[in-house]
Amino acid sequence: MCLAVPALVTELLPDNMAKISLDGVSMTISVALVKNVAVGDYVIVHVGYALSKVDPDEARRTLDLLDEARGVPLAAGGVR
Amino acid sequence: MTKTFRRKLDLKSGRVDMSHGAGGRAMAELISSIFKDAFGNELLEQGNDQASFPTPAGGRMVMTTDGYVVSPIFFPGGDIGSLAVHGTVNDLAMAGAKPLYLSASYIIEEGFPLGDLKRIADSMGAAARAAGVMIITGDTKVVERGKADGVFISTAGVGVVPDGLALSGDRARPGDKLIVSGSMGDHGVAIMSSRENLTFETEILSDSAALNGLVETIVSAAGPHLRLMRDPTRGGLAATLNELAHQSDVGFRIVEDQIPIKRQVAAACELLGLDPLNVANEGKLVAVVAAEAAEMLVAAMRTHPLGVDAAIIGEAVEDDQHFVQMTTGFGGGRIVDWLAGEQLPRIC
Amino acid sequence: MKYVDEYRDGDRARDIAAAIAAEVRPDRSYALMEFCGGHTHAISRYGIEDLLPKNVRMIHGPGCPVCVLPIGRIDDAIRLAKRPEVTLCTYADLMRVPASGGLSLMKAKAAGSDIRMVYSSLDAIRIAEANPDRQVVFFAIGFETTTPPTAVALKTAEAKGLMNFSIFCNHVLTPVAMRAILDMPPTPDEPPIAIEGFVGPSHVSTIIGMEPYQVFARDYRKPVVIAGFEPLDVMYAILMLVRQVNEQRADVENQYIRAVRTEGNPVAIELCDEVFELRESFEWRGLGAVPKSALKLRDAFAFYDAEKRFTIETQPAEDNPACECGAILRGQKKPADCRLFGTVCTPETPTGACMVSSEGACAAHWTYGRFRTRQSDAGLRRTA
Repeated sequence: MCLAVPALVTELLPDNMAKISLDGVSMTISVALVKNVAVGDYVIVHVGYALSKVDPDEARRTLDLLDEARGVPLAAGGVR
Repeated sequence: MTKTFRRKLDLKSGRVDMSHGAGGRAMAELISSIFKDAFGNELLEQGNDQASFPTPAGGRMVMTTDGYVVSPIFFPGGDIGSLAVHGTVNDLAMAGAKPLYLSASYIIEEGFPLGDLKRIADSMGAAARAAGVMIITGDTKVVERGKADGVFISTAGVGVVPDGLALSGDRARPGDKLIVSGSMGDHGVAIMSSRENLTFETEILSDSAALNGLVETIVSAAGPHLRLMRDPTRGGLAATLNELAHQSDVGFRIVEDQIPIKRQVAAACELLGLDPLNVANEGKLVAVVAAEAAEMLVAAMRTHPLGVDAAIIGEAVEDDQHFVQMTTGFGGGRIVDWLAGEQLPRIC
Repeated sequence: MKYVDEYRDGDRARDIAAAIAAEVRPDRSYALMEFCGGHTHAISRYGIEDLLPKNVRMIHGPGCPVCVLPIGRIDDAIRLAKRPEVTLCTYADLMRVPASGGLSLMKAKAAGSDIRMVYSSLDAIRIAEANPDRQVVFFAIGFETTTPPTAVALKTAEAKGLMNFSIFCNHVLTPVAMRAILDMPPTPDEPPIAIEGFVGPSHVSTIIGMEPYQVFARDYRKPVVIAGFEPLDVMYAILMLVRQVNEQRADVENQYIRAVRTEGNPVAIELCDEVFELRESFEWRGLGAVPKSALKLRDAFAFYDAEKRFTIETQPAEDNPACECGAILRGQKKPADCRLFGTVCTPETPTGACMVSSEGACAAHWTYGRFRTRQSDAGLRRTA
């Protein structure tokens, strides 16, 4: 379950609220559940709440891991 | 509507709920179980958004009717008045007809601001002039507060069909190409973004537009190769393709990456858990055309301001189960089904 | 969409599919359960099945809060909504779930009950503020992901001194349900469940972290990979599980490192501890009564507890006996094995909960995948 999407924090508002943007679509959400949210962070948004921050380094690492795995069949076809 | 949609309605204790008006299977069942039985005749059997009939003086005409209950009444890119003209003109134009005359019946709730009514009527008049049609008769009713949501507009429209043109939803054949005139889902997202209970904002405008000009371009470019056109309104592209598949007794195969969808529309759908293929359009059409004319037709459509994003998105195939299948951008396959129930935001 | 589009890339998908195909052993099969309906939806919507080798079988688990909510609780919500003073606020997902007597929230609304669809628990707070003469009840459902937002709404109501707001709490717990599936005694007429690994829901783990899954690796020797919901996340998690199975490892691994921390979200965990406590037992559709598998409001917040304010006592309600939702939620049967599938049970006229939520195994198969079973599926021909 739990439909959630990563979105960019564009503005911090009073009462633990923030404005987020997803490709130009903006929404006001609660950031009461996540510490130290700053403008420019990406957060995972679910039912109008931020659940956690997206870590850009780990996101990069995930893509690196994907690309590493993509190398496997090439190596398997050529070498093994 | 074909037999496939028929399922038993509970006429004894059932009640109309919102899904019966959402353009999906529930609505198809309602129409087929209640209205088709009550009205049944061969013209109604055509099953299109308009009916085409011979006139005593010779030649063919088309007639359509439509009700507008959009909420909110004013939305980004349009209002209920212009929408009523566009929707009615488009239903006529999809038969290849030249739309001529419209009627307008207003059901107004007690307390509705006169200024808003004037604004709607002016917008409706301007849209009619722009589309080259005249609103030649009308009706006004006022109901007590609480018995209507501001204002409802109901229209009828008539038009004439050029000689020799016989477009209908049952004419798609395996091998024919499927073309859309532009991006999908703009109207539905624009409407949703302006509803009070959904708190998102976009710059997306409704695509509400009269398509009769584009249709003239299409008819003259494709000539006899054109099989049918339909505007994917409620229920979106998915509902339209499923209707056409049943009516023509074919299946469709479409390619996700070929379907034009604006980034903001995709993003709004992502946030709300909606499928853009289920989201309504009010200024787009689907055309089915013989394969050999498809490229040429797309090129012609792109010369028209309402067709600049026209694209071939797939083709009709033989399929006795009338599936609309899609190759996903990810490389897998899936069905594109009718919307079940209403288009509602999901949390899961 | 940043952090979305790159994980939907078709070229990468083909290569990962090739990597999975290269690593699976042809002499064995891999039965993997994606617990969460979000994964079921992703698998169906992107056609991931088409990209997996034939000997990798995905079992669709019960991780859809709409599907597992028993009829009795929907009946409770409808009874609440029928009270003249009550405005019931619900996530739209629940509107069409069949209740007893052919009812649903949608039909109760059509019959005059004041039922509002909300996107967020804070919308329910706004409705309560705007309608001080109404009793506004928030129908709270969901797993650990959706629980903290309910807690925030409660604390907000408290801070605002809202007297007309209460919560009908139905929050349930993921790891407990996974254990219940593994502990289920074999039944004579249903095939045993042979799950060799779990694709774990990452959005749940943004809150609870990794630790609650260690028991599956340690005590049950089942590998768990916490996976994101984009299709490449799911495929890469499958690759990670195949590797664990091949290497006879059983570890809890994190594929969704970009948003899941080992410790989860301490703010949310602390808040939920403050507001909720375990129920002795809760009824799950398909799993039956599962001890300590759901949450209720602590006594300190009894004022906001709709079950206390309106004295709700859930009556057990029978599911349609022909409905196979139970066996399907447990992964013992596939949607097309159910004789109601596609005949009387479709997304428009759902009999069981698996057909209601687009995350349910039956709805996902019907909406996206039924062309795959067209030859064997007599039900489709019957409707055609």
